[in-house]
Amino acid sequence: MAVKEKPVAQEVQKPGWKSIPIGGLILRGGTAAEFHTGDWRTEKPIWDGEKCTNCYLCWVYCPDTSILLEDGKVVGVDYDHCKGCGICAAVCPPKVRAIEMVPDRD
Amino acid sequence: MGNSALANEAVKSVALTGNEAVATAMRQIHPDVVAAYPITPQTEIVQIFSTFVADGLVQTEFVPVESEHSAMSATVGASAAGARAMTATSANGLALMWEVLYIAAGLRLPIVMPVVNRALSAPINIHCDHSDTMGARDSGWIQLYSENAQEAYDNLIQAVRIAEHPEVNLPVMVMMDGFIISHGMENVFLLSDEEVRKFVGERKPHYTLLDAENPITVGPLDLQDFYFEHRRQQAEAMFNADKVVQEVADEFAKLSGRQYEFFEAYKLDDAEMAIVVIGSTAGTAKYVVNELRAKGVKAGLLKMRMFRPFPAARLREALADIPAVAVMDRADSLAACGGPLFGDLRAALYSASKRPLMNNYIYGLGGRDVTLDHIRTVYQDLEEMLRTGEVKREINYLGVRE
Ligand code: SF4
Ligand code: SF4
Repeated sequence: MAVKEKPVAQEVQKPGWKSIPIGGLILRGGTAAEFHTGDWRTEKPIWDGEKCTNCYLCWVYCPDTSILLEDGKVVGVDYDHCKGCGICAAVCPPKVRAIEMVPDRD
Repeated sequence: MGNSALANEAVKSVALTGNEAVATAMRQIHPDVVAAYPITPQTEIVQIFSTFVADGLVQTEFVPVESEHSAMSATVGASAAGARAMTATSANGLALMWEVLYIAAGLRLPIVMPVVNRALSAPINIHCDHSDTMGARDSGWIQLYSENAQEAYDNLIQAVRIAEHPEVNLPVMVMMDGFIISHGMENVFLLSDEEVRKFVGERKPHYTLLDAENPITVGPLDLQDFYFEHRRQQAEAMFNADKVVQEVADEFAKLSGRQYEFFEAYKLDDAEMAIVVIGSTAGTAKYVVNELRAKGVKAGLLKMRMFRPFPAARLREALADIPAVAVMDRADSLAACGGPLFGDLRAALYSASKRPLMNNYIYGLGGRDVTLDHIRTVYQDLEEMLRTGEVKREINYLGVRE
């Protein structure tokens, strides 16, 4: 399995204890979007727009609000935050099966 | 005395139990929120304070929670919201707070909590020893111990300023011995409500959960890349606390005429032997020191006030030249190498070029009386150590039946 190596310099660039807010506080709102939980994924959902009936079940059940909607229609998956749990594929009605989980290991 | 006298701000010096003195200090500090659960011997503090609330003497939001875990959790929430928040506890109550003690310190919340020292179960016992708060010594709280009701009152008022100092931002627990101080009545000099109000001022939090214009997140996940940095900040705050504790003590001395230090050195300057002790036993030991001094024996005593942060360098300075030192622990670490004070003190003295002969006495567990005779035997052991140049037995159990 391929491992993404982060250059050491990148670690060094993170701020030290003298400059970060105390107590682990985050001093502004809406920062969860900046945390890419998608990095944790080992499988990813492939959504098929041809099969999808827009029943919204995947959108309701996705624990990471990673099913993307536009104008009331499912348009795909937010891979920055989708952590690959497979719930969307499991709840997609058996007659439709518009979502398939595939390995995602790079 | 009734609570009406406790609430009379014209009264300057009154006979109070330790619990009454601490409840009075809490009324004068006038915290925004108190969330607490009763446990012997702390119960009276919260009970008396709740009558202050019921009588309208304070506008404090009083939260009668269902456990100490909830008490500390509610206090953490209130403090993170920007309130000056307090609670109080003892023994098993403190043990039930354990998880949240570390959270309060890690979130850098300046909570102030009186703790009335009591033995931990089992076997169940409601009387004094220091095993409860000594167990919490690494939780990241500043710890101030008191010899009597006056010190408990004075320490609690100072604790607010120490905790909220911008270079500290750490919780502080203020201890007094269960029953011996908490229920013993003595003359206590009170400051006026106005003096305390001015001394503690208003809390000025840097960030609060209730500031909708500037939303913050408190307590997010903190993994391998930042947790260590936040712990390092906590360590730094403990280093800073040392300076702040003395600054606050000096300012308090100007107001009250009572000067506090990290520890009290009693007839220590020319002493050839000394006892190091925490809490009410210091009073008994001072009596024996006076007795010995009258006979020409160069006995001294060091009473710890601040145990966390541990004033290691100052203790080294105060004790390194004394040939024989006995360390008294009212808590046993059950580590088979002595009590918590003994361990830290010996470590502090290790880097001194000259070191005293030292031994350790575990004493007073579960409220076992500490008599003048007990203390006399400790000084006799020290005399023998001086004479022979040897420590006969390193760890001793004082006042236990064989
Ligand atoms: S795999 Fe899980 S996280 Fe990703 S879109 Fe589906 S339900 Fe959401
Ligand atoms: S559950 Fe399946 S059919 Fe329903 S919206 Fe999602 S992908 Fe489309």
